[in-house]
Amino acid sequence: MNHWIIAPVVLPALLAPFIVLAARYHIGIQRAFSLAGVLSLIGIAAGLALQVSDGSIVLYRLSDWAAPFGIILVGDRLSTLMVLLTAVLALFVLLYAVGSGWDNRGRHFHALFQFQLMGIMGAFLTGDLFNLFVFFEVLLIASYGLMIHAGGNARLRAGVQYVLFNLIGSTLFLFALGSIYAETGTLNMADLANRVAMIGPEDTVGIRVAAVLLLLVFAIKAALVPLHFWLPSSYAEAPAPVAALFAIMTKVGAYAIIRVYTMIFPPELEVTAGLHDLWLLPAALISLAIGMVGVLAAKRLDRLVAFSVIGSMGMVMVSISLFNPAGIAAALYYIVHSTLAGAALFLISDLVRTGRANLELTPQPPVAGTSLTAGFFFVGAIAMAGLPPLSGFLGKLLVLDAAYGTDLVVWIWAIVLGSSLISIVGFSRAGSILFWKAHAKDETKEVPEMTRPAALSYVAVGGLISLMALHTIFAGQVHGYTTTIAAQLFAPEPYISTVVDTPGKLSKPKEGH
Amino acid sequence: MELLVASAIGILTAGGIYLMLRLRTFPVILGMSLLTYAVNVFLFASGRLTVGAPPILRDGVTTYTDPLPQALVLTAIVISFGMTAVVVMIGLGAFLGSDDDHVDDLTDASDTKAEGRS
Repeated sequence: MNHWIIAPVVLPALLAPFIVLAARYHIGIQRAFSLAGVLSLIGIAAGLALQVSDGSIVLYRLSDWAAPFGIILVGDRLSTLMVLLTAVLALFVLLYAVGSGWDNRGRHFHALFQFQLMGIMGAFLTGDLFNLFVFFEVLLIASYGLMIHAGGNARLRAGVQYVLFNLIGSTLFLFALGSIYAETGTLNMADLANRVAMIGPEDTVGIRVAAVLLLLVFAIKAALVPLHFWLPSSYAEAPAPVAALFAIMTKVGAYAIIRVYTMIFPPELEVTAGLHDLWLLPAALISLAIGMVGVLAAKRLDRLVAFSVIGSMGMVMVSISLFNPAGIAAALYYIVHSTLAGAALFLISDLVRTGRANLELTPQPPVAGTSLTAGFFFVGAIAMAGLPPLSGFLGKLLVLDAAYGTDLVVWIWAIVLGSSLISIVGFSRAGSILFWKAHAKDETKEVPEMTRPAALSYVAVGGLISLMALHTIFAGQVHGYTTTIAAQLFAPEPYISTVVDTPGKLSKPKEGH
Repeated sequence: MELLVASAIGILTAGGIYLMLRLRTFPVILGMSLLTYAVNVFLFASGRLTVGAPPILRDGVTTYTDPLPQALVLTAIVISFGMTAVVVMIGLGAFLGSDDDHVDDLTDASDTKAEGRS
């Protein structure tokens, strides 16, 4: 058995207590270990991604217990891609946190950061629904701590909302798991896929309820309308590096939807017919529209970015809810893009905050280091709004192309293109107020000396943006790879047989429940 | 017994949801606790209800109850305890800081006064 697959979970799990216990009072040591941990995570994730890129499935059984009974981790193309994306994002977020000193404004930033990584990695790698719940809780517990990092009343109040909303989500998740277990007698995803397919058309009530509840839970995580209310103030009030890391957390919801609704409840399954096209697609279209209208309506830069995250999640979900291979491939391409773009924009809004009294979109004297920050904002806004030449444009083209030929093509094209226009207006309004009108103000007035952001902060943002550029340049290769991922997702038999048929302890399950 | 358990879950859930809709920190936390009790009982019942049957293999026993839901409930209880403690602490901090225990979004202090909320 290949043990590397559990390393992305175990490594942060070991580093975090070490940082809390041994390096508590030495920010330098904490930074060194945190960075070293994230760098080795990138190495491990790249190795795993390379290993499964030929289409093989890596199975890890803890204590060698066979699949429906034991805890398992499964690596396929999709999960290793998400793990790699998380590790790369974490590196730049960590660089920014170190460069801007955010990690020194409260306690235990690095330990919580590692725990957060552990939860995210585990959620991507697990092959069991209950362990998905547990890893969701791990990443949420860490995110509660990170969300209120550095304190302040506004942050605490937003934190209460964030925690409560997620607690409701967790409770719903448990209800969903309970009804799935009551219906099928298993929570292992591969085993579930087999058993759900066996349910006859006359006994569908319970499993339908379970499927809808599960979709609701993942939609909460993905901030899909009408379950998006927690996102704007939570992300806007969270410390900027934390909000940037949270850019991957909405994608955990999207990942879970892709995983569960291609393998356990595939679109052709009669039991859950109508869930995707009738419910998910309109919700996704509305969140795309609401997110982009929010970009236009926002009065503060951080809220504007938060709404743009909702909009980009809407775009991802539109593409996912088509539930055809082209749609999933486009969605995965767009997930990578929107994670990078969202994180970059949160960090840029913090760069603006460093040199400005507040983030209100009102004309104020020029911020220190305007030209570089303005340049970054320009590029980030282009990427997020989906203008050429960056990857957002290509991702949007792929989504439009995947939607071509479906029944709702007119609606999808109209809303995607219309909301893009609205977001361009919103971003250009924000940019011109922040960076251009500043020079039109009366310059004779005394301008208070503002600190310039540290050079490392610019390196982090620049790194994210250059990744986006690479994502654009190698779009052909990346899209080719996401197409093979989608093909693997729509032919889950190797995954299921690897999980269910690999022998281990107790490998002859008794039938019946 | 099915009726009793089912109605207990239903009443706990209804009470929990009602309290959560009050949108003030303390009732919402109480409502969350009720809801987690409801979900724990629900999880427990998801392995079918059997009276007096052990979940662990023993000599001389022929009927067993499903052990897995009990393991799930145990995990869920631990997590919900921890989460309740976290939300109490954050809620207390927010209340002491801003002298306001509303959960809904009042980002602007002047709005708070204009709407006459205390």
